[in-house]
Amino acid sequence: MSNSQALTKSALWDWLTTVDHKKIGIMYLVAGAFFFALGGLEAMLIRIQLMFPESNFVSAQAFNELITMHGTTMIFLAAMPLLFGLMNFIVPLQIGARDVAFPFLNSLGFWLFLSGGILLNLSWFFGGAPDAGWTAYVPLSSAEYASTGLDYYVLGLQISGAGTLIGGINFLVTIITMRAPGMTMMKMPLFTWSSFVASALILFAFPALTVGLFLLMFERLFGANYFIVEAGGNVVIWQHLFWIFGHPEVYILVLPAFGIFSEVLSTFSKKRLFGYSAMVFATLIIGFLGFMVWAHHMFTVGMGPVANAIFAVATMAIAVPTGIKIFNWLLTIWGGRIKFTTANLFALGFIPSFVLGGVTGVMLATSAANYQFHDTYFVVAHFHYVIIGGVVFGLFAGTFYWWPKIFGYMLNETLGKWFFWLFLFGFHLTFFVQHFLGLMGMPRRVASYLDGQGLNDLNFISTIGAFFMAVAFILLLVNIFVSRNDKAVADPWDGRTLEWATPTPVPEYNFAQTPVARELDALWYEKMQGNKKMPVAEPLGDIHMPNGSILPVIMSIGLFIASFGFIYHTYWISVVGLGITLGCMVVRSVKEDHGYHIPVEEIQQDKEVG
Amino acid sequence: MGHAAHNTGTLPPNPEKATLEGRNKFLAFWFFLGGETVLFASLFGTYLGLRNGTAGGPTAADIFHLPLVFIMTMILLTSSLTSVFAMLAMKKGNFKQMLVWMWVTVALGVTFLGLEIYEFIDYTNQGLTFTSSAFGSAFYTLVGFHGAHVAFGIGWIITLLIRYRKGGLTLTNAPKFYLASLYWHFIDVVWVFIFTVVYLMGIGG
Repeated sequence: MSNSQALTKSALWDWLTTVDHKKIGIMYLVAGAFFFALGGLEAMLIRIQLMFPESNFVSAQAFNELITMHGTTMIFLAAMPLLFGLMNFIVPLQIGARDVAFPFLNSLGFWLFLSGGILLNLSWFFGGAPDAGWTAYVPLSSAEYASTGLDYYVLGLQISGAGTLIGGINFLVTIITMRAPGMTMMKMPLFTWSSFVASALILFAFPALTVGLFLLMFERLFGANYFIVEAGGNVVIWQHLFWIFGHPEVYILVLPAFGIFSEVLSTFSKKRLFGYSAMVFATLIIGFLGFMVWAHHMFTVGMGPVANAIFAVATMAIAVPTGIKIFNWLLTIWGGRIKFTTANLFALGFIPSFVLGGVTGVMLATSAANYQFHDTYFVVAHFHYVIIGGVVFGLFAGTFYWWPKIFGYMLNETLGKWFFWLFLFGFHLTFFVQHFLGLMGMPRRVASYLDGQGLNDLNFISTIGAFFMAVAFILLLVNIFVSRNDKAVADPWDGRTLEWATPTPVPEYNFAQTPVARELDALWYEKMQGNKKMPVAEPLGDIHMPNGSILPVIMSIGLFIASFGFIYHTYWISVVGLGITLGCMVVRSVKEDHGYHIPVEEIQQDKEVG
Repeated sequence: MGHAAHNTGTLPPNPEKATLEGRNKFLAFWFFLGGETVLFASLFGTYLGLRNGTAGGPTAADIFHLPLVFIMTMILLTSSLTSVFAMLAMKKGNFKQMLVWMWVTVALGVTFLGLEIYEFIDYTNQGLTFTSSAFGSAFYTLVGFHGAHVAFGIGWIITLLIRYRKGGLTLTNAPKFYLASLYWHFIDVVWVFIFTVVYLMGIGG
């Protein structure tokens, strides 16, 4: 074996076994971007099909599979992992920690997510993708109406959901116990705060999905009767379980994005975030109310006027803390020295776009009017305004803002601005007209529409907008490629928070000496005091690090194998797969692993080079 | 940590929370139990929604065998108590005694699980199966999830007991035993709710 082969092999092994939060963050970002492109491709196929009336570009069955996989992929396999990627890389740096609380579990969470995502997408090649919508309502998703695609859905989401839950617990503990000295909860950067609240939502929301998926799995595979009305079952139970998870999920996605906007707007306005404590409490209140409103997805199911009214009022109440946030952002940029970088453009573009989504949200929350909007393109327009206008804009703002820290080079600003304007224009072009399509009565999730109903022009416009977004995304990929030699400095934006106090590239141990955070925006405070460096809490010494492990990969493969056993009713394969996973758990429990130390000389050397 | 840990003479008073790793695990496990609470709450909700969906088959009042379930309840409650004794022994630094009490806990857990299997077989023979009605599905799912948790707990504690049968208490294994005991209490609490919501309400209301 030649030397270069040995090198590549060990690099692969390094990535498979790594427990470094930064490398895991990068893997989340890469995998999330892949699934984002996949979900985008599915969206393009949907829009091409709807470009003209009575089109046969894809079959009705393929259309159903496309809408299901587009939604499922974008929510579970693109938006969440991309946010997890940023959280993984940035949160430990922002709180001045050397790693997350559980590096091994962090790796396990990632590999579970990836194997679940791959499993779900393999359904395309084995008998067709799931086709019951991303919400998988019974009886559409029952054994009677849906083929093996739904089994891939149930098991793929179960596995990746377990990964998400593990990640959520890990962030909660990390943020509580691993903060640098001096950084009280009320001095944490807002991205850390919103990651914390989102993690709490994950912890309390995902188990409901776990149960829902188990029930659907048991019914499909083992003949249980929860949702079969003749046998005493009830289909609405699925809807409740799904939305008890599904509504908090919306806030799991958007709260970290709110955190990103808070960082970006404050950095590029050269001002401290306006109303920091109000922002924190608004985040907490949104998190709490997020659990109180799930049935607003079910207004037309027949819960009765009292239940509908309660859930309607609770839903509208969320507009209050969200409004507080919007005004705080506006007052943050008010009078600031605003720099229109690409990251900041996305943050500024977010404010009016998201407000539009919020307004239609209050309209939808009006339960009496909801009967008119339900299952039309009005709903599609609404949730794309909040998910793209909120979450995706947040992801792009975060990408441009943290790219230099994560990947060590600057993205090109000219290309970035082209990307922003094309995307903003395409986004509004695609979805603004869908409000009207919905009000005109065009139902969602239907593969085609008739000619001569007045729906042609707006659908055509919507599809053109989608092409703008696709071109914009390709520009981002081009940008990532052509900018790769533009090396970044450690603190390119004159940052305020602790991640900008680390050298670029960030060393394995993040901070040679744990910093002391004396104020909110700890780094900015030291800059204003005229200090060139953060004060430190400890002398230079050996640094304790966790060992890497291949077990997370093997555990994920075990569950992956077990899933195939379940899907094809070959249960000995499931036993083998589960055995592999449980065996790895036993190994992990029995083998004490105390990690290793990086000697102080090596750290000294790094410091001199950096 | 870990290097000086094998010297039992110098262990701090709360060895399970003496290291950062131990404290992290302790906190994470409480969060995990929070998530487990939502999991069981969802299962309870499903059961309550479906408990009258008997589709002409046996109802709860027809088949539940309360004396047996009462004995099972007492056994599981006692096992919680013995795991408390184990933790008290740990805090006193009496590792041997802790192991004994943990083994007693495991033995009671196995007895409970055996009785539950017997109970399930009995109900199945009387016509209530996993597929006979929505009530049957919901019943076996809720109680079965609990049973699976008991089985996992037994496997976990036995693994720890065999792994640490020699060598004494350390700062590494103290949190492990402590968390296993916490988990055991949790599944005991869940059973108290099952006894009330499934069995007592099934017979009485």
